[in-house]
Amino acid sequence: MQRYSAFSLVRHALSEHKHWRRAWRSPAPKPRYDAIIVGGGGHGLGTAYYLARHHNLKNIAVLERGWIGGGNTGRNTTIIRSNYLQEESQGLYELARKMWETLSQELNYNVMFSPRGVLNLCHDEHELKGLRRRVFANQARGVRGEFLTPREVKQFCPPMRVDCPRLPVVGASLQRNAGTARHDAVAWGYARAADRLGVDIIENCTVNGFDIRDGAVRGVRTTRGDIAAPKVALVPAGHAGVLANLAGFRLPIESRPLQALVSEPVKPCLDTVVMSGAIHGYVSQSDKGELVIGGGADSYNGYSQRGSPHVLAGSIAAVCHLFPQFRRLRMLRSWGGVVDIAPDASAILSAAPVGGIYVNCGWGTGGFKATPGSAFAFAHLVAKGEPHLKGRAFTLARFATGRLIDEHSAAAVAH
Amino acid sequence: MLMIPCPWCGERAEVEFAYGGEGGLSRPVVPGDLSDGEWADYVYFRKNPKGTHCELWHHLHGCGRYFEVVRDTVDNKVHGSAESGSDIRGVSDVKKV
Ligand SMILES: Cc1cc2nc3c(=O)[nH]c(=O)nc-3n(C[C@H](O)[C@H](O)[C@H](O)COP(=O)(O)OP(=O)(O)OC[C@H]3O[C@@H](n4cnc5c(N)ncnc54)[C@H](O)[C@@H]3O)c2cc1C
Ligand SMILES: [Zn+2]
Repeated sequence: MQRYSAFSLVRHALSEHKHWRRAWRSPAPKPRYDAIIVGGGGHGLGTAYYLARHHNLKNIAVLERGWIGGGNTGRNTTIIRSNYLQEESQGLYELARKMWETLSQELNYNVMFSPRGVLNLCHDEHELKGLRRRVFANQARGVRGEFLTPREVKQFCPPMRVDCPRLPVVGASLQRNAGTARHDAVAWGYARAADRLGVDIIENCTVNGFDIRDGAVRGVRTTRGDIAAPKVALVPAGHAGVLANLAGFRLPIESRPLQALVSEPVKPCLDTVVMSGAIHGYVSQSDKGELVIGGGADSYNGYSQRGSPHVLAGSIAAVCHLFPQFRRLRMLRSWGGVVDIAPDASAILSAAPVGGIYVNCGWGTGGFKATPGSAFAFAHLVAKGEPHLKGRAFTLARFATGRLIDEHSAAAVAH
Repeated sequence: MLMIPCPWCGERAEVEFAYGGEGGLSRPVVPGDLSDGEWADYVYFRKNPKGTHCELWHHLHGCGRYFEVVRDTVDNKVHGSAESGSDIRGVSDVKKV
């Protein structure tokens, strides 16, 4: 693999950038692997990378139904933060957030992590109490967080209206080391780094069945033939239920549409991320200048990768309350993903009821931020058969024991 | 926006309704007889199909009733709806509204 550096950029500039090699191979599937990862989003590609990097498993394939990053990884609004309420979540999300800080160096690929701060607004007394509780819970466990008064909010984010009569901002939490990253780059960076370690990345390959004998998996059936493997890791986001069904078990997951949209590009006008759970809207500005706007998931189950327009209209209205100056912007495009929502709005990193199958799903509306941490902990589980310390609480067992990790207030609307 | 056929009020816009999740679930009569796993299955585990789905809708801003709808979760086509409890899961004999 050619390393990317300022030097290689100059060298290729001299030959008019005609000789860059492709970033990863496009191999045909082999008949057998030591481990198969189903789903080429950030979490799946990252899992392959950490398996190869830390667990000395080299004969690995990532099978992707479409193109890598074409699922929720390439559809999300890239907010990264770790200010969740429960200890278990803080551990996993903060592990991920720390990894973001050095991910570009680790992968030799610029994922454009931009810790520009994330503001979580509140608009009434009850929300304020909940938010303060969350800030204190964060501070107690070493997750950065502070509470801002309306005046401080205005100082930190001058373009925002804090005294809107309908939705006054009565306070906010701020996580300064939170921010955004470039979504595609995460998939591409992990793919390139995994490929260099020998991982086969196989696109246009849908898994549509399993070879299961005596309660253990022997391989998968795909649109590109049968492939044998003693370990199969499912990382299919919204399609978790579909794959579980093919393998003969059920999951506590419902798949819903989640939408977002971007405006025409404008000059830099917003240098942080602003989110409001109460009014179901959030906004940031991408490096290209587009305002990236999103909100809550649609209410019903759906695999159509599109949602209902009134949900988007609600998010836009919310953002325009806070930023009246954005009313005149034209919107460029909107889209939807299929998000995998668990009853407690927390992820599932678990061995499945079928031997050799592992599942990583339930990231729902907010798993982009967790990509490196999730992949790292999941690789540990797949390699060793035992959960990683930071992922221990996230197994399927919690639904029977009742030890749920309730993150509805921190995760439901906020991403 | 989806158009949801309420068996009592006819086809109305989605914003009048609240979604009620998977239909046809019934609470175990004696929960104490269930193992923790069986109880978890009833409370949390869902079919979540890609395709035909039987689901509950609540006509919140209308007649106020719950009813079952059979809808395709890929193309959102509604195949029919009926009073909750009347078995419409065999899609063929669904009462069309
Ligand atoms: C509009 C929107 C906004 C979001 N905003 C944020 C945000 O601001 N911050 C945040 O942290 N998170 C956000 N999220 C959530 C985040 O995108 C996801 O949690 C995360 O990207 C999931 O990554 P993944 O790798 O698990 O899934 P994906 O990227 O969806 O990858 C799963 C892959 O599996 C493949 N697959 C499925 N079935 C099969 C099969 N049978 N065979 C082969 N391959 C298969 C799919 O094609 C897909 O590429 C948002 C999501 C959406 C939709
Ligand atoms: Zn009605």
